[in-house]
Amino acid sequence: MAIKTQPVTVNLGPQHPSTHGVFRMRVMFDGEEIVDVEPIFGYLHRGSEKLAEERTYTQIVTLTDRMDYVSSMLNNQAYILAVEKLAGIEPSPRGVWLRMIASELQRIASHLVATGFLLQDLGALGTPLIYAMRERENILDLFEIICGARITNSYLRPGGVFMDAPQEFWPALDRGLSDIVNTLDELEEYLSGNEIVFSRTKGTAVLSPELLINASITGPMLRASGVDWDLRHRNPYDYYEKIKFERKLHTASDNYARYWVRVQEARESVKIIRQCIDQIEPGPVRPSFDDVPRLLRPPAGDAYAAIEGSKGELGFYLVSDGGIAPYRMHVRSSSLINLTLLRDMLIGGQFGDLFVTFGSVDLNMGEVDR
Amino acid sequence: MDQSFLDNSLWRNIYCLLAGDSAGCSARDYASGLLPGGMEWLAFAITALAIIGLVINGVLGGVIVLIWGERRLFGRFQSRTGPNRWGPFGMLTSVADAIKTMFKEDVVPVDADRILFNLAPILIATPALLVFAVIPFGIGTYVADLNVGVLFIMAVTSLTTLSVLTAAWSSANRIAILSALRSVALLISYEIPMALALVGVIMLAGSLSLGQIVQAQGIPFILVQPLAFFVFFIAAMAEMARAPFDLTEAESELAAGYLNDYASMKFGLFFLAEFMAEISTAAIVTTLFLSGWKGWEPIPSHFWFMAKLILVLFVIIWFRMTLPRLRIDQVLKFAWKGLFELTLINIVVTAILIGIWPQPTTAQLWMMAAVNWPVAIISIWLVSRLLGTAKYEKASPDSDSPVYSVATESIPKTSEYITNSTDVSSVEAVSKEGGA
Amino acid sequence: MTTVWSGKALAEAIEEFAPGSVQGSSGTDVWLKAESISVVCEGLKQRPEFKFDLLNSLTAVDYIDHYEVVYHLTSLPMNASAVLKSRVGMGRTEPSVPSVVSIWRGADYQEREVWDLMGIRFDGHPNHKRIMLWEGFPGHPLRKDYVTYDQSIVTSIPEISKNAGSDE
Repeated sequence: MAIKTQPVTVNLGPQHPSTHGVFRMRVMFDGEEIVDVEPIFGYLHRGSEKLAEERTYTQIVTLTDRMDYVSSMLNNQAYILAVEKLAGIEPSPRGVWLRMIASELQRIASHLVATGFLLQDLGALGTPLIYAMRERENILDLFEIICGARITNSYLRPGGVFMDAPQEFWPALDRGLSDIVNTLDELEEYLSGNEIVFSRTKGTAVLSPELLINASITGPMLRASGVDWDLRHRNPYDYYEKIKFERKLHTASDNYARYWVRVQEARESVKIIRQCIDQIEPGPVRPSFDDVPRLLRPPAGDAYAAIEGSKGELGFYLVSDGGIAPYRMHVRSSSLINLTLLRDMLIGGQFGDLFVTFGSVDLNMGEVDR
Repeated sequence: MDQSFLDNSLWRNIYCLLAGDSAGCSARDYASGLLPGGMEWLAFAITALAIIGLVINGVLGGVIVLIWGERRLFGRFQSRTGPNRWGPFGMLTSVADAIKTMFKEDVVPVDADRILFNLAPILIATPALLVFAVIPFGIGTYVADLNVGVLFIMAVTSLTTLSVLTAAWSSANRIAILSALRSVALLISYEIPMALALVGVIMLAGSLSLGQIVQAQGIPFILVQPLAFFVFFIAAMAEMARAPFDLTEAESELAAGYLNDYASMKFGLFFLAEFMAEISTAAIVTTLFLSGWKGWEPIPSHFWFMAKLILVLFVIIWFRMTLPRLRIDQVLKFAWKGLFELTLINIVVTAILIGIWPQPTTAQLWMMAAVNWPVAIISIWLVSRLLGTAKYEKASPDSDSPVYSVATESIPKTSEYITNSTDVSSVEAVSKEGGA
Repeated sequence: MTTVWSGKALAEAIEEFAPGSVQGSSGTDVWLKAESISVVCEGLKQRPEFKFDLLNSLTAVDYIDHYEVVYHLTSLPMNASAVLKSRVGMGRTEPSVPSVVSIWRGADYQEREVWDLMGIRFDGHPNHKRIMLWEGFPGHPLRKDYVTYDQSIVTSIPEISKNAGSDE
C-alpha cells in the first residue's frame, strides 16, 4: 500500500540563524527533498539609491560602505572609479596604490568570512568560523591603522584616498600578510582534506558555465566553473596592469570548487599586495582641492564602472545632471544577481544542502537589498 | 565470579547500615543497624529515597559541571577564553544560566497540544536517568545489577526518541516535525549497529550484566574489541544526536529542531536531558570498553571510573567541536553500508576466537587483541574506501580545451568598429539630449 | 582591456540585421525603439560578430519627461562591451518594455527591481512581481515625482494598510 504523502511548505527566515542576515525562503519539501524555493527579499532594503540622490558625491562614499558591509573597501573602490570616470578625474598614483592594497586586504577578509560561514552552514559549531574571523580581525586592525575605522571605512575619495598610511602601517602590514598565509594554510589543512567537508560539498549544486554566464553570475562562482573571467585581468582598472597574478580556476563548479577558488584567491591577493608594496612611490595621496574640489560637479552624462568585487562584478552606474548630487545612482549588486540561479541550485537537492549552497554563493544581505 | 561484588551493592550497603543484622547483611558484618529491630520497612523506604537522591542529584550536579566544562573547552578549542565571569574560572556560569532559565516566561504556542507539549520535557529526562540504575560507578556502588543490564540500556535509551517525537508533534511546528523525523530515522538506523557491536562484548564477557562485564575485563575491551568500540562510539554519538550527527537540532538548518517552541524551564529540561544523555553515554562506554571502575590500587575505584568518564566526555566534546555535520542520507548510508558490515565482521571474528578460547584468560585476551586489531584496521580501511568520496582528478581546466571560450589578449577582429574604453572623456553623449 | 563598441558602429551593425530598430547613437550609447529590444538583444547575443553573452547590468533612469532603460552588455568571447538604451513612457505615460529574461536569465531580478523601484513594466517577464518592497506599496520610490509618504498616513488608508500588513 502506498503511503499518501504531500509536500510541506516551510518558511525559512527572515529570522533564521544561517540566512546571512535577513533573508526569507519559502521552501516546499517532499520529505527531505526540496521541491520548490521562492526567495523573498527586501528585509534590509534601505533605499541607498534614493538616498544617494540627495547627497554629494563625497558623502555617498559612506552609503557604499553600508551596502556590502564585509567588503566596504571594494564598494568604495567601485563607486570612486565610477565617479572618476564620470568627472574625468586623474587619480594620484600613491592614492591608487593605497586603495589597491586596501581593497585586496578587504577581498581577503571577505573570502575568509565566506569560508568561515560556509563551514558554519556545514554544521561545524563555530570553530572554523572563529578561526577565520580571528584573521579578519587582524585585517580590520590594519584598516584601523590606515583610516581609523574598521568596518565602515569610507577611506577612498575621488582621486585617491583621504589620508596617507601612517609609518607604523607598513611593518604591521608585513606581519599581517605572513599571518594571513599561515591562517590560510591552517584552514586548508583543516578543511580541504576533511572527508565530511568533501562529501558534503562535492557534486552539490553543480551549474554549467553557459548557464552561469547567461544568468549574469560573475566572480568566484563563475571561476569555479572554469571560465577565465576576472575583471582585474580582462579589464584592468587602477594599476592592475602592472600586477602579475594567477587566476585560480576550478572545473567542478560545485560547492567545494567555490570554496576552493575563494581560498586560492585570498592567497593570490597576498601576492598582489606584496607587489603593490614594492611598486608604491611617495607623493600626494589625492589631487589637490583645486583640481578635485570637495564639492564635485561632474559634467552632465552617465558612467558605468565595474570592479572585480569579492562576490563578483560590482558596478556603479552614475548619471549626472551637472549638480552636486548624482541624478541617479544604480548599483549592479553581485550578491543579488548571483542569487538568480538559487532555484536551479536547490531544487532536487536535500534540506541539509540548502544552506550550504546558499552559503557557497557568498552573498551579503546588505548588498542584496541595499 | 566474585560473589561479594554482587552482594556489595549501594542498595545493600545503605540498607544494612540502617537495618542491621537481617538475613542478607550477615556477610557484610553489620552487627547492629542504626534503626531498632522490626523497622525494616523504614530502612527500605529511607534507602530508596537516599539512592534516588544520590543518583539524581549526582547526575544533575554532573550536568552543571559538564556544561561549564564543555563551554570552557569550547573556548579553548576556538582560541578564546570561554566563560570566566561568575565564580572562579566561571564555574558558577551554569548556575546563573539555570536560574535565568527558570525565571523566563513560559510560552506555549496557540496551536500546541497542551498536554503532550507539557509532558514531553518530563518524558525526555527519564530515560537518561534510568540508565544510571545499572551503571557500576565503583566497587559496590550501583543501584541494581540487572542480569539483562545491556538489554535494559538498549531499551531505555531508545525511549528518548519517543519524547522527541512527542515534543515535535505537540508543538505543531513544521520544522520541529522535520527534526523529529530525522530523529526517528537516526534511531532506527543506529540502534542496529549499536546492538550488534555489543554482541562481541557480550560474547567475551559471557553475560549481559554490566557488573560481570566489568569483572570479565582482564584488559579493557577497547583493546580486545577495537571494531566494536569504534562502531559503538559512533552509534552512541548518533543516538544522542551530537555533532557530527546533530541532525535533529542542526542549528544551521532547522534552527533548533524540536526545541523551537520551547521556552523557559521546559527548554531547560531538554537541555538537561541532552547533557545527561552525554554523561550516560560516556558512562556506558567506560563500563563496557574501558573496564569501568577497574584500575590500580591504592587509588579508589570511583576515581578510576570518574577519570575514564571524563576522558570519554572530552573525546565527545572534541568531536563535537571539530567536525562539520553530515547530511541525513549520508548518515543513514554510513549506518547501513558501513557500520553494519563492520559489526558483522566483528561478530564473526569474535565467535571464531571464542570458539578457540571459550573462557579467555588475560593472556588469551591479549592474543585476541593481536588478532582483532589488524582485522579492525583492514576492515575500516576497506569500508572507508567503499564509502569515501574520491578526490578531484584536477582542479584547473585544460588550457587547450577551455570549458568556455573567453577572449585572448589580442584585440578581436572587429576592432575597426570599436573604440577603447579609456577614451571616455571624448564621449559627448548626454542621455537627455543625445539620440534621435 | 575590454574594448567598447562605439555607438555609431554598433548602430550601423544593428541596422544590418534589424532594420529600423535604432533611434540614434552617441558616444558609446545606442538608443533603440522599445518594441524592438527583444529582436536586437537576441541578435546581439546570437550573432557571431557580437556574442554578447553577459548582461552586466540593467537599470532605468527617470528623466521627468520620459524614462530610459539602460542595458550594459559584455561579450566574453570578444572581450567587448556595449551600452544599449531605450526611451519609454514619453510624457509620463505608464512605461513598458519587452522583457529580456528569455535571452539573459540574469535580467530576472534586475527587471523585477526596476519594476519595483522605477515602475517600468517588463512585458513577458515570467514572475513580474515586486522584489524589495511588498505588493501594494504605494508608488515606485525611485521616480522623481515620488513623495515620501508619512507612515501614519499610509497605515490610516484601509486598503493600503491591509496590503502592507500581509507580507506578499
